[in-house]
Amino acid sequence: MDTSIPASPRTLWKWAVQTARLCCGVPDYDVYVKHLREHHPERPVPSYGEFFRERQEARYRGTGGRCC
Amino acid sequence: MQSAIPKPSPAGKILWAAIAIVGAWCLGVVALRRGEPINAIWIVTASIAVFLIGYRFYSRLIATRVLQLDPSRATPAVLRNDGLDYVPTDKWVVFGHHFAAIAGAGPLVGPVLAAQMGYLPGMLWILVGVVFAGAVQDFMILGLSLRRDGRSLGHMLREELGEVPGVIAMVGVLVLMMIVLAVLALVVVKALTHSPWGTFTVAATIPIALLMGLYLRYLRPGRILEVSIIGVILLLASIWYGKTVNDTPALAVLFDYDAKALAWWLIGYGFFASVLPVWLLLAPRDYLSTFLKIGTIALLALAIFLSAPTLQMPAVTKFIDGSGPVFQGNLFPFLFITIACGAVSGWHSIIASGTTPKLLANEGEARMVGYGGMLMEAFVAIMALIAAASLHPGVYFAMNSPGALVGTTVQDAATAISGWGFTVTPAELTETAKNIGESTILGRAGGAPTLAVGMAQLLHGIMPGENMMALWYHYAILFEALFILTTVDAGTRVGRFMIQELAGMAYAPLKKTESWVSNVIATVICVGLWGYFLYQGAVDPLGGINTLWPLFGIANQMLAAIALMLATLVVVKLKRKRYVLVPAVPAAWLVVCTLTAGWQKLFDAKISFTAAAQKYAEAAAANKLLPPAKTAEEMQRIITNNRVDMALTGLFMLLVLVMLFFSLRAIARAWRANHATAHEEPYVALSSVTP
Repeated sequence: MDTSIPASPRTLWKWAVQTARLCCGVPDYDVYVKHLREHHPERPVPSYGEFFRERQEARYRGTGGRCC
Repeated sequence: MQSAIPKPSPAGKILWAAIAIVGAWCLGVVALRRGEPINAIWIVTASIAVFLIGYRFYSRLIATRVLQLDPSRATPAVLRNDGLDYVPTDKWVVFGHHFAAIAGAGPLVGPVLAAQMGYLPGMLWILVGVVFAGAVQDFMILGLSLRRDGRSLGHMLREELGEVPGVIAMVGVLVLMMIVLAVLALVVVKALTHSPWGTFTVAATIPIALLMGLYLRYLRPGRILEVSIIGVILLLASIWYGKTVNDTPALAVLFDYDAKALAWWLIGYGFFASVLPVWLLLAPRDYLSTFLKIGTIALLALAIFLSAPTLQMPAVTKFIDGSGPVFQGNLFPFLFITIACGAVSGWHSIIASGTTPKLLANEGEARMVGYGGMLMEAFVAIMALIAAASLHPGVYFAMNSPGALVGTTVQDAATAISGWGFTVTPAELTETAKNIGESTILGRAGGAPTLAVGMAQLLHGIMPGENMMALWYHYAILFEALFILTTVDAGTRVGRFMIQELAGMAYAPLKKTESWVSNVIATVICVGLWGYFLYQGAVDPLGGINTLWPLFGIANQMLAAIALMLATLVVVKLKRKRYVLVPAVPAAWLVVCTLTAGWQKLFDAKISFTAAAQKYAEAAAANKLLPPAKTAEEMQRIITNNRVDMALTGLFMLLVLVMLFFSLRAIARAWRANHATAHEEPYVALSSVTP
């Protein structure tokens, strides 16, 4: 895991996109696919669209934290 | 097992000494230059120095000694990695996510209201509060949750304190949420009352969001960035077109509402937004408001750094004696209630025990995310304070004082405010209203409009141009309304689930979240709860904010006190008695503040709900009418509203006392125990999990 300050414009952009998506409750898709392949090879891999829908529903399912 | 603090290098010592000297110098300038206006840069520099020192020294003490964070220990994200909720994530990404989740309208509104006492009291409370209370709370709750599988605050309370206090605290959270939603919705109502331009732009966000929702669902699934750019462009277009709406009488009349009508619109809107499928309306607005929020905070910072405004508000005004028009009550305890978010906010303990602990890849990173994230929010609060204090004080008071005190015409307002020692002419008030494209600036309490005028003036100073100030003003109003309304929708939905869960205990079928009937019933109850307080605020004789903001502050600080009491208990349970004061002192301070404020809101002869209820009851008994009531029923309603507020204040005080009792009992038991009794998950070495 790279924990240093993002240096090149490319990593900075990647960081911005990942943060922006996470702020909307959508974690990194590539990380999820990698996780599925490594740990649950028997499960089908969802498309980005399916993954997005599932996360969108999950975000507003209650217990959602958001400040005043 | 204490990790040693490495000795600082000589260069490091010199650097920190220099930061300390610069900070002390700036604070000295801010505090001692009475009578002559100072530049905002002094405040900004002093704040940054305080934040740096607090982070470098105090948060390190908490990390190494109090929480004893261990970078070799596996976090919940690593142990339970499922790629969805528990994901080890880069610390800068977690930081961005955490900050976006904790920063909302709170740190922008509270400091603006508190500016009535001058900028100095608010500034000092934000700086001291965040370093010793707010950031401590966020960081410690995050640390506790990290050691407990990322469990929520409620779960941790039940585990460490017991079932009963855990459930009591969660009832408190539900009531707090209803008050938060009502008071935030009221801020929007105050900003949009008789403002066709503002109302049009806010209304335009609904079709824009629907369009985005459909696009994201069917055209280009999941392309958030793309659709958000389209959304922002459409929003900017609606601000631009709003001027035409405002200038065309036939169109303007369609978007010109009084406070009561707006309250009903918001209540109806909250209902539909939380019942409709989330992808259609709620989610796309959420994306828009998240990005606009970060963008606007950046814009505010840019405006302050580039324009370096001189503060026109005095350092301390005479209203520290409790006679202020914006909110009533003495500096102690009401300053510490009014500025909640930015200094210490109980709401954060829910976020710090929500998604964030499930994302951290290493315990060592909790310090930057938990403590550092809160320092960032305090900086937003400082900037809001600067924006408010850089306004002409006459304009500030004209916007924030209730009509019952200063009258409803610019002449009356100018006379009344000049009488307080803030000289202003009717022409200046009319001119300001004209500049921002509004018919009046009077009676726009709630912080958002004041901040919007402040921001508009700062930005106008950097980028001048005809009519630009009106555009900036409506941009600021739109962005605040947008993210407040997103909080209202999402909060209504969360409240609905909480109510369904509670109701499901009594009658099981109500628990089914996919059943339309139980959905609608629970949503109506939830909307009814916050809608009641919103409507009460809209018809309140003192303008609503004056009444509801203290209730919100008391509730928010109450939750912070509960979170810090939990942190204190865990420190004792872990047998780290030497450091018990780190969470115990802010906990005690918040208990004292909330109880004193609650007591005064119940029993004070001038500012209590009881006194207000009695005044109206006596008048009603003598068949007299007091403004703004025009009928006997309205008189009765004001009396009832004040009695409801009394009951609510009493409930909050009772909650604090009950939680204090349970905490002290548990602390006493843990103190006597001869071994550590906290419920931490067992140690797993990070190296044994990750390759």
